[in-house]
Amino acid sequence: MSALQSILQNPAIWRGNEQARVALPSIPTGFPELDSELPGGGWPRGVVSELLTERRGIGELSLLMPALAELSRQDGWLMLIAPPWIPYAPALAAHGIRLSRVIVANTASDKDTLWAAEQSLRAGNCPAVLAWPAGVNEHVLRRLQLAAEEGGSFGVIFGEAMRAALPSPAPLRLRLGVHQDRLSVKILKRRGSGLTPTLWLDTEKKKTVMTPPPVRFRQPIYASA
Amino acid sequence: MNLHPAPGMLWAALRFPDLSLQLYLRGGDSPAPAIVQETGNPPRVLSCNDAAAKTGIKPGMAVSAAHALTPTLRIRTRDPAKEAKALAGIAAWATQFTPTVSLASSNEILIEISGCQRLFGGLRPLSGRIRAGLADLGYRATVVLAPNPTAALLLARDGVDTSIDDRHALRRTLARLRLTRLDQPAQTIALLANLGVHTIGDWLSLPRDGLARRFGQGMLDEIDRALGLLPDPRPPFSAPPRYSASLELPAPVQETEPLLFAAKRLVLELAGHLAMRQAGITRLRLELQHAHHAPTPVLLGLSMPSRDAGHLVTLLREKLAPVRLPEAVETLTLVAGETRPLGSHNQALFADGRPPREERWHIVERLRARLGVHAVHGLETFPDHRPERAYRRTLPGQAADGKCELQRPLWLLPQPRRLHPGDSLVAMDTPLVLLDGPERLESGWWDDFDVKRDYFVVRDSAGAKVWLYRERPDGRDWFVHGVFA
Repeated sequence: MSALQSILQNPAIWRGNEQARVALPSIPTGFPELDSELPGGGWPRGVVSELLTERRGIGELSLLMPALAELSRQDGWLMLIAPPWIPYAPALAAHGIRLSRVIVANTASDKDTLWAAEQSLRAGNCPAVLAWPAGVNEHVLRRLQLAAEEGGSFGVIFGEAMRAALPSPAPLRLRLGVHQDRLSVKILKRRGSGLTPTLWLDTEKKKTVMTPPPVRFRQPIYASA
Repeated sequence: MNLHPAPGMLWAALRFPDLSLQLYLRGGDSPAPAIVQETGNPPRVLSCNDAAAKTGIKPGMAVSAAHALTPTLRIRTRDPAKEAKALAGIAAWATQFTPTVSLASSNEILIEISGCQRLFGGLRPLSGRIRAGLADLGYRATVVLAPNPTAALLLARDGVDTSIDDRHALRRTLARLRLTRLDQPAQTIALLANLGVHTIGDWLSLPRDGLARRFGQGMLDEIDRALGLLPDPRPPFSAPPRYSASLELPAPVQETEPLLFAAKRLVLELAGHLAMRQAGITRLRLELQHAHHAPTPVLLGLSMPSRDAGHLVTLLREKLAPVRLPEAVETLTLVAGETRPLGSHNQALFADGRPPREERWHIVERLRARLGVHAVHGLETFPDHRPERAYRRTLPGQAADGKCELQRPLWLLPQPRRLHPGDSLVAMDTPLVLLDGPERLESGWWDDFDVKRDYFVVRDSAGAKVWLYRERPDGRDWFVHGVFA
């Protein structure tokens, strides 16, 4: 028994039933529950991750904020490519992001979006590249993945949850949903090990002052004097 | 007679044997037969490329005969003014290696390199770099290194790349050199040949005073300079403050890549010019000249000065790709606009694999070149309570870091949107849940954008957090203004 234990201590031995601990360059997500499920203990760098959301605006950006705040302390740019709305500077600053590192690139076509994403991922001086293309396919994702490998970026491609069923070369794929006030994160694909149960994350750790009790909205909730 | 050259001087002579032809061929890499003709009666072939030589064309042949041999022959007429301009361009490029550059003749350049060989890692890497650099510019040259300029020039006229750095070897090599290489009248050389004096070695074995009496002091002096026995000052070349150069394409071109191939030649020349001035370019103009139409301009603006030829060519590619040319391009002209000081960066002792700081801007420039200057921007906060005015677009990388203590959504809609049942953004299958609010904002009565609103943070039935407001004092409608995401 002890002989077996000592063999299993050898780092070269990988046990399939456990989550593989691979030395991937990663950046902590800021959510310990999520970190422990991701192969390198955080968002992988040099990899394109797909974030598939059931709807936009459910917390997909808040999920990235701690990592982006950390990456904005490093040299280089945080690229936001073809964001669906205006990334709001006061909120980014409130999340601790250094705005001097943020660059927004608006594009006229999906072709330009993918081009800009590929260039930024490959550049090697964009620690984070977030892109909102209208549509991606396997071929495009593979190109982006190669570019991310070359540039070492933390690449995030946002997409719709419908894509979850389609094959993808992205090494990390998450599906995000929401219930009540918690974000559900389902790891669809990760390097090294199999699937996990859905995680429930609280993306609003620092609650702001006094949350009023839920009010039915149809009635006037605030009557002006 | 005991005047020795400064110890350790080393000169490189760059000789361009068929500059007139290279001018026309450097803009492309097509091997079509081409010649340059010298005007005269009848016009004669001055030089021809390899493809033309293969068909039997030789320099000195009548152009009509050459044309008969190869009907598809491309014929250009020699233009000494253009050659002079091209040579000045090469000289300007060469100033990146050393400040001592001199134009020796219409197709020869001298550069003094003893002072800079350490910088470039020794003689061999330096001469390799010069050769490779010239090839990138599209020129073929004989490069000879010798301890004094005259010797370097004379040896370069033999057409063989050599490198001599000690005086004895120089004397031995020069002794074998034919007198026809000297800058002396042909009659003098012919007269000497009749006397059986063919090489400098033959000359040196004769008594000096007799030679001086019969052939003049000039020839003695030239040979003495070559041997390093006389001082050999050279007029310095000074590069023009602003770079501009043209390149005539071997054949009219419409496609982007061949145009870039030619443009790269000019950009490399410009980069050498800028390196000497410790400057980077912020504005660049590439003019594409056509036979019948007005020139097509391609303008490049950079937010950070650069002299990285690869980067500039990439930007030109993005700018050139969408340009619709009315007609094929015959000539390219590159005009450097505004320049700004740009020091060379120190190289790290231990390379950490991180790109230097200037290169951070390359990706920004590329995106701006293709997507447009206004499509790529930075963001900063602005001290104003009105949400629409609480942020500002900035030039990339110019934003202040900023702070915010308020609860604000990560997404702001470009325009507030009237909330209606069935809104795509806010699911209202069940009543919305109020999370926070109201936050009353009243500001802007002094300008034309008066805001009186009560803002609420609300969770919709699908779980998204949105930012709603209602106009005060008596607005009935709700507006969506942001998504917390």
